[in-house]
Amino acid sequence: MSVSTFLYCLKQGMKNICRNVWFSLASAATISACIFLFCLFFSVAANVQYMVKHVETTVGITVLFDEDLSEEEILAIGDQIAQQKEIEQMRYISAEEAWESFQKEYFVGNEELAEGFADDNPLAGSASYVIYLKDISDQDRMVSWLEGLAGVRKVNYSNSAVAGFSSFNKVVGLLSAVMIGVLLAVSVFLINNTISVAAAFRKQESQIMRLIGATNFMIRAPFIVEGVVIGMFGAAIPLAAMYFLYTKSVLYLTERFRILSDVFVFLPIREIYPQMILVALALGVGIGFVGSYMTIRKYLKV
Amino acid sequence: MIEIMNVSKTYDTGNKALRNINIQIEDGEFVFIMGRSGSGKSTLVKLLLKETEPTSGRIVVNNMDLQKMPRRYVPKYRRMLGVVFQDFRLLKDRNVFENVAFAQRVIGAPSRKIRESVPAMLKLVGLSAKYKSLPQQLSGGEQQRVAIARALINRPEVLLADEPTGNLDHGNAVEIMKLLEHINSLGTTVVVVTHSLELVEQMGKRVITLDRGRLISDEVKGGLDR
Repeated sequence: MSVSTFLYCLKQGMKNICRNVWFSLASAATISACIFLFCLFFSVAANVQYMVKHVETTVGITVLFDEDLSEEEILAIGDQIAQQKEIEQMRYISAEEAWESFQKEYFVGNEELAEGFADDNPLAGSASYVIYLKDISDQDRMVSWLEGLAGVRKVNYSNSAVAGFSSFNKVVGLLSAVMIGVLLAVSVFLINNTISVAAAFRKQESQIMRLIGATNFMIRAPFIVEGVVIGMFGAAIPLAAMYFLYTKSVLYLTERFRILSDVFVFLPIREIYPQMILVALALGVGIGFVGSYMTIRKYLKV
Repeated sequence: MIEIMNVSKTYDTGNKALRNINIQIEDGEFVFIMGRSGSGKSTLVKLLLKETEPTSGRIVVNNMDLQKMPRRYVPKYRRMLGVVFQDFRLLKDRNVFENVAFAQRVIGAPSRKIRESVPAMLKLVGLSAKYKSLPQQLSGGEQQRVAIARALINRPEVLLADEPTGNLDHGNAVEIMKLLEHINSLGTTVVVVTHSLELVEQMGKRVITLDRGRLISDEVKGGLDR
């Protein structure tokens, strides 16, 4: 396609939009609503995913061993655990380290109380391994396996965080799929109407084009351009809105839930926004293209 | 060359528009197709434009058998034909220049070519001075000239004119016929569909007469008083 043909199709597509400005605006508004909701769910889903990842690297499984086991025996079990492919990393904490860490955490300012224990380690027999998994959804299986190991006394893990995030992720996914599906259908329907009106306006022109030897592509291109431009416009509005909304929301939530800052960690806008732009534009252009293509196939049989 | 061989056309309604028509038109000819309403003239134009298919028979234009032509070749075939209608079919929101240029734009001609060829074509049809006018600012005769310029801009081998003078007064109709004759003298085959016996007799050209779908005469008519 030559540059002049491309510009001609673009110009005619823009003319179509201006001719049916209200229909075009209605279509763009519906696409905007659809893409805005999509971006909203996309942000929530991406952040939940991010938080799950964060949990995976910060919430570990602690394996405690029978008190009568020697350190060599514990290290041998550790070697066995380390062979599991689900494990991202693991760390051995000896009874001495555990006691030191306990003192630092609980006897700050009251060091004399700790001195009362002298060389008698009250946490003797508390040597442990802290295990971080590659994927937190493997936790249940890993815990069962660890509990079945000979010499393992207890396995501590946080089930609530994992279960909470997993079920929230599922609800968000399902809700967004339904909402987006409905809005997609409405958007395609409205684009369909807009293009139908444009096709009616240009009926004579299309007939003349057909009779003077225009190809199907040339007859249809202005309508496709119209749909795609409306789609792009419909994507640009929610993208701009999301930029401000996301920045402000993250700021607010971080302030509001400072106490839970270990769990509620948000994706920075610079990381999520480029993906959001790509997906929203693809969605807008896709809705515009599919809606207009379906319509002109129906109305402009050449 | 246009060859119409044993062509019949019956519409789904049962209306027999054409019955076993045989016509041969040589390159560079000027031919009138005459007949009253319902004689099958418009059906013949539609068949030549490949807007509809014959029920039986063959149509061959420049060695191309229209029945065997795949759909994707139809746009290219139609570029070989220029077409003019009784109601002009101009785009009201575009000026004379743009209406003529339209035929080139839709086949993807480059802008430079359009800038060169449209003024030349407007000169041929005598509308150079009115290139900026909108169709509604022109007389009927002038609008038909714009339509002819649009039909000719892509240098078709055949010009098909379906009742080109049907909406014009006698003076304008004669002017349009003279223009078509001039175009024919430049080498384009011209096929004019009309029901105006008066005009046909003034021109002294080959006249094919249809009546209720049948070809009833094929002869050179009139022209003695020109």
